[in-house]
Amino acid sequence: MYGKGILKGLSVTAKRFWNTYWDDAVWFWRRITKGEKRYFSEEGVKHRSSKNARGIFTVQYPEEQLIIPEEFRYVPFLVYDEGAEGKQEIRCTSCGICAKVCPPQCIWIVRSNDPNTGRPIPAPTEFYIDADICMNCGFCAEYCPFDAIIMDHDFDIASYERNIYNLETLLKPASYYKSIRPTNYATAEAERKAKEAAKAAKAAGAAAPSAPAATP
Amino acid sequence: MAAPVSTQTVDLAARFPGAVTAEARPGYAGFIVEKDKLVEVATAIRDEFGFDLLTTVTAVDYLPEDKMEVVYHAYKTTGGPGLVFRVQVPRADPIEVPSLIDVWPGVDLQEREAWDLMGIRFSGHPDLRRILMWEGYEGHPLRKDWQEPFYEEDVKPFKSRWPEGKHVMAEEKNPFRDNVKFLENFDPEKWIPENEEMLYSSLKRYTVQSEDGMSTDRIVINMGPQHPSTHGVFRAALTLEGETIVGLKPVVGYLHRNHEKIGERNTFIQNMPYTDRLDYFNSMSNNLGYAIAVEKLMKIPVAERAEYIRVIMVELSRIQNHFIFIGMLLNDLGAMYTPALYAFEERELILDIFEAVAGSRMMCNYLRFGGVVRDVPEDVMQKIKGLVFERLPAKTDEMDRLLSENEVLVARLKGVHVIDGETAIKYSVTGPVLRAAGVPYDIRRADPYSIYDRFEFDVAMRPNGDLFDNYIIRLDEIRQSLRILQQAVKQIPDGPINSQKPQYQVRVPAGEAYGRIESPKGELGYYVVSNGKPNPWRYHVRAPSFVNITCLEQMCIGTKIADFVALLGVLDIVMGELDR
Repeated sequence: MYGKGILKGLSVTAKRFWNTYWDDAVWFWRRITKGEKRYFSEEGVKHRSSKNARGIFTVQYPEEQLIIPEEFRYVPFLVYDEGAEGKQEIRCTSCGICAKVCPPQCIWIVRSNDPNTGRPIPAPTEFYIDADICMNCGFCAEYCPFDAIIMDHDFDIASYERNIYNLETLLKPASYYKSIRPTNYATAEAERKAKEAAKAAKAAGAAAPSAPAATP
Repeated sequence: MAAPVSTQTVDLAARFPGAVTAEARPGYAGFIVEKDKLVEVATAIRDEFGFDLLTTVTAVDYLPEDKMEVVYHAYKTTGGPGLVFRVQVPRADPIEVPSLIDVWPGVDLQEREAWDLMGIRFSGHPDLRRILMWEGYEGHPLRKDWQEPFYEEDVKPFKSRWPEGKHVMAEEKNPFRDNVKFLENFDPEKWIPENEEMLYSSLKRYTVQSEDGMSTDRIVINMGPQHPSTHGVFRAALTLEGETIVGLKPVVGYLHRNHEKIGERNTFIQNMPYTDRLDYFNSMSNNLGYAIAVEKLMKIPVAERAEYIRVIMVELSRIQNHFIFIGMLLNDLGAMYTPALYAFEERELILDIFEAVAGSRMMCNYLRFGGVVRDVPEDVMQKIKGLVFERLPAKTDEMDRLLSENEVLVARLKGVHVIDGETAIKYSVTGPVLRAAGVPYDIRRADPYSIYDRFEFDVAMRPNGDLFDNYIIRLDEIRQSLRILQQAVKQIPDGPINSQKPQYQVRVPAGEAYGRIESPKGELGYYVVSNGKPNPWRYHVRAPSFVNITCLEQMCIGTKIADFVALLGVLDIVMGELDR
């Protein structure tokens, strides 16, 4: 029969149309019993981005937002640990690996030398990231040996000016790092602790008189 | 199904004593052909040795040795490894190499590209115009002694960034309007677009004839660069007789950013995120091709689990690409938005997975040399399983039900001839377009890379080569990809995800490598030359979109202009990769 194919196709769209409203009714019941909403709620967005989603699919940005996974990466920030009396202990040692590996070369760092000894100070005097050039590749965070530069989750950064971030705007506390990337933070901390423990054991071994001299 | 044929070693040097010498440089393979004998040798390679598909033509500037080299990669459509042959010429203008356009017409655009970017004149090429740059442009940008307007240093990392941090913004160094080099005696204000004249004159070889005593005027129409159906800034200059196309020239380069020059300034690892930006629908595939090329150079193995993760990601990428293809083709044909939005739903679910493992939905930057950057978490693996076992098979069938029997669509697509297999091979067409023309050539089977030889799947093939076959083959390929995925997620072993230690600067021994994969759009190849330094000496991308439009004119002549939109749609071009 001519037109059968069109009808078959239309049945697909009709089914989707029907599913949208049927699911509305189902979620209405869930709202009464469990208090879960289909729209403008986290469980609703989660459902719509799962394999069980059917019918309407759209997420109504900005009222609703997709749930950002932990690995999501956007323009990086620098981590500081909160020391005693709110002192900012910057993790960065200005080793320059991030500046070297950056593909668009949008990081530049000023490292200064100790006036007395002439040796480099392991902290950045100045640190800049040109966020307009940054391509969010995540290499800086990936190759940083000190876990000092981390990719952010904050993507609403549109502005009329050029976004050149300096040390002041880049620094964020380790607690923020923990809040956006809990698993990454936990793994990094565990690694750090294991390293410190190994170092302490080595130092204790070196201090003992019978132990062989530690290799430099 | 094309099984890999065991190839006896091709000994060109014995066949052509004096004209061909075997490559002796360490890290290089293939043969060096004398310039004067090139056409003769190439004909023999095609006819006697059976290498009927010439995939890549590119040039390398060996500045320290003061010579230029044109490199050709030929393959057999029956499968098996390829043959590399090259011509070396002294690096003094004018550099002339005979064109192979009579042997393989598919070299057309690639030779124009080599002329444009490297300045090699291909004698005998009928239409050797610049292709990516414009004619008021001075110099050939891929030559090693050419410097861009924002030039800082030859290679990254730039020394100004650390430890002094004395960075000056590019726009301050080089104000707007002052950043372009023009030819001598060139005044942009008085510029007459000579290129346009040349373009139109190349279309004028179709003489105007009056038939039936009625004189008809042929008109030239420019479709694009701003046209909704051209998938970006693609322009086609069409000669029409009534509504029938009698001539066509593609005009590209509007999105050109000299990806290859950027790649040669970058270190090896820095190129990885840049490959994402080629075919921005399939950054996973782009990553894989580049990783394979550099791994070949470095001679390193890939971690077992990482191989499976790579296959899973690349096949997911193929599925979403083909869904989008179907949606966008229907958009072009006038079925506005419903199929496209249905396609986008499935794509969103796949992009969610990419975002969870790689950190970005489109610019994945996920592969590293020797493996991948991070493992796939267990919950994401469950999501992938849910998709490949439950949702995607059902949704593929739904798409099939929605469209494949629709009488309007069938009437529009069936019988509109795209290309036949023989012409497609001659014009170096690869990918689904070639397979829809009855040639079962799929690199995953013909010259297996990664671990594709472990999976059971069929090479999708359709015999007619019309628009409908080009549409339906995408659905076939989605189903085959799902088969691969279902096996891969079952078989994936535990273990490390990288065979190498993470390092921000890799050691790559000197030599050349050509890594190629079956990307969703065709053969994606990366030709990388290293001289042992931290940066690639030459980095060339053989983009399937770019080479596939070589035969656009052959496809379009004789069809109606309304079908041109559909023809361009089935080629599935992406300008990010075409213009590079």
